[in-house]
Amino acid sequence: METINKVEVKELAVFYGNFRALYRINFAVKSNKITAIIGPSGCGKSTLLRSFNRMNDLSLNARVEGEILLDGEDINAKGVDVVDVRRRIGMVFQRPNPFSKSIYENVAYGPRLYGVNRKSDLDKIVEGSIKQAALWDEVKDKLHKSALALSGGQQQRLCIARALAVEPEVILMDEPASALDPISTLRIEELMHDIVKQYTIIIVTHNMQQAARVSDYTAMMMIDDRRAGRMIEFDETQRIFTNPKDKRTEDYVTGRFG
Amino acid sequence: MTRFKELIARNQTALSARRKTVNALMLSLTMLTTVLALIPLFWIIGYVIYKGTPSLNLDFFIHLPRPIGMDGGGVLHAIEGTIVITLLASVFAIPPGVLAAFYAARNPNTTLGIALRFGTDVLSGVPSIVIGLFAYAVIVKPMGHFSGLAGGVAVGILMLPIILRTTEEMLKLVPHTLREGSLALGAPEWKTSLSVLFPAALNGIITGFLLAVARAAGETAPLLFTALGNEHYDIGQIITSGVAQKQTLGTILQRIVDQPVDSLPLTLWKYAQQPYPERVQQSWAVALVLMIFVLLVNILARLWVEFRKR
Repeated sequence: METINKVEVKELAVFYGNFRALYRINFAVKSNKITAIIGPSGCGKSTLLRSFNRMNDLSLNARVEGEILLDGEDINAKGVDVVDVRRRIGMVFQRPNPFSKSIYENVAYGPRLYGVNRKSDLDKIVEGSIKQAALWDEVKDKLHKSALALSGGQQQRLCIARALAVEPEVILMDEPASALDPISTLRIEELMHDIVKQYTIIIVTHNMQQAARVSDYTAMMMIDDRRAGRMIEFDETQRIFTNPKDKRTEDYVTGRFG
Repeated sequence: MTRFKELIARNQTALSARRKTVNALMLSLTMLTTVLALIPLFWIIGYVIYKGTPSLNLDFFIHLPRPIGMDGGGVLHAIEGTIVITLLASVFAIPPGVLAAFYAARNPNTTLGIALRFGTDVLSGVPSIVIGLFAYAVIVKPMGHFSGLAGGVAVGILMLPIILRTTEEMLKLVPHTLREGSLALGAPEWKTSLSVLFPAALNGIITGFLLAVARAAGETAPLLFTALGNEHYDIGQIITSGVAQKQTLGTILQRIVDQPVDSLPLTLWKYAQQPYPERVQQSWAVALVLMIFVLLVNILARLWVEFRKR
């Protein structure tokens, strides 16, 4: 598998008003790999993740400096359509957030946005995406029932299917299993392994074992004395967990933090 | 420490007895006031049922009033009028109310958002008769005659703040992650509102609408200046004669809304002050019908919520 840089982050800083939330972040996300972002609460992991699909645009007075290059092109450049960015970079959220629609309509929602309306096309996309999300056998007989009737783990896999339906290149996952039981968590992790062949995944997680289990690369973040999030170490996951360069990373991954 | 324990040990029995007495006293007081508060409710319902039932029969629902002195006759005109006014009011109030609620829920802290919230608070506090007077000035006066249309506008203005506020509250209850989920797929803001937020809040919006309808159906004051009342209002007759004269649908609809109409509360008010016992008798029956209608709508609203929860 080639390991080209899918996303490159250069001197990224995010401000909320005068408050600097992220301080000079530099790292590169490899294509078809899982990159985990770990760190204590409030260190800016989610802010960093939400910079990748410009969800920070939604916050009032948020300001982004530096560059986020997707295949070499800055996603914040003038003339870049945020809709295009969000199609190419999908997102799965912390809590399952299916729409109050049928299972089918949840998955078809994205393709419809991009003008796919023919039923035969949609059927194919919906079935393919749900199969990819390892949910097909559980829902194939109730595609037109409400998505809200599914269990939490199933809802989260449905949300993954929904994100996959627009064939993104990168998938952002914001603690996708933190609201799920261990078995559902395991299924999500297996699923990540299966789909990473076709996608690039960036996952934020609080769960150290999860980062160690699923990711190829790990970014360690920490808050500095001015409450800005910094990336203190970025390396292959194995090295982060066995032989970190930074003392703080070692303390954190071994649970001796604070 | 020991000293303190000795002290309270001595007081224990007395204190505990006192506590129990006070507790029992307060409990009986709150129970008594609860019963007192419920008395008017059941008294009204019971009395209206007692007074209204004798005049209630099928004729009451399907006939127009008969001249004084003749037996029978009903309040079909008022039932039809109430439906027409409520429908018109809903048409006027729902689209702007719901759309404005979307704006207010999304932009609560903009100047317009604050103005909107303040405005609806003020509007819901305006006495309904003032709203009737307003509709009189801007619709009845220029048109030169009273009409169901003017009544619909007046009642619509009354419904507007109720619909706006309930819709806004319901939209605020939709988890913001749903919105983000849609936006993260690249959906524009309007599309997200329409196809994600609206369905998620639909339950509450419909409940709010039903409550607004219940409120609107019982309004009398704003109709005095607008719908006026019309004992010969008969939609069936308007339609049959319209069809017979080959009038267009537009013309027929216009005839339905462009003349004075009656409503249940208006009829109640008028009948109750007439010197004829049978009319007074009928006004009790009207009260009963109105009460049952409002009760039904309220029950329907609750059932709807319960049903959709599953």
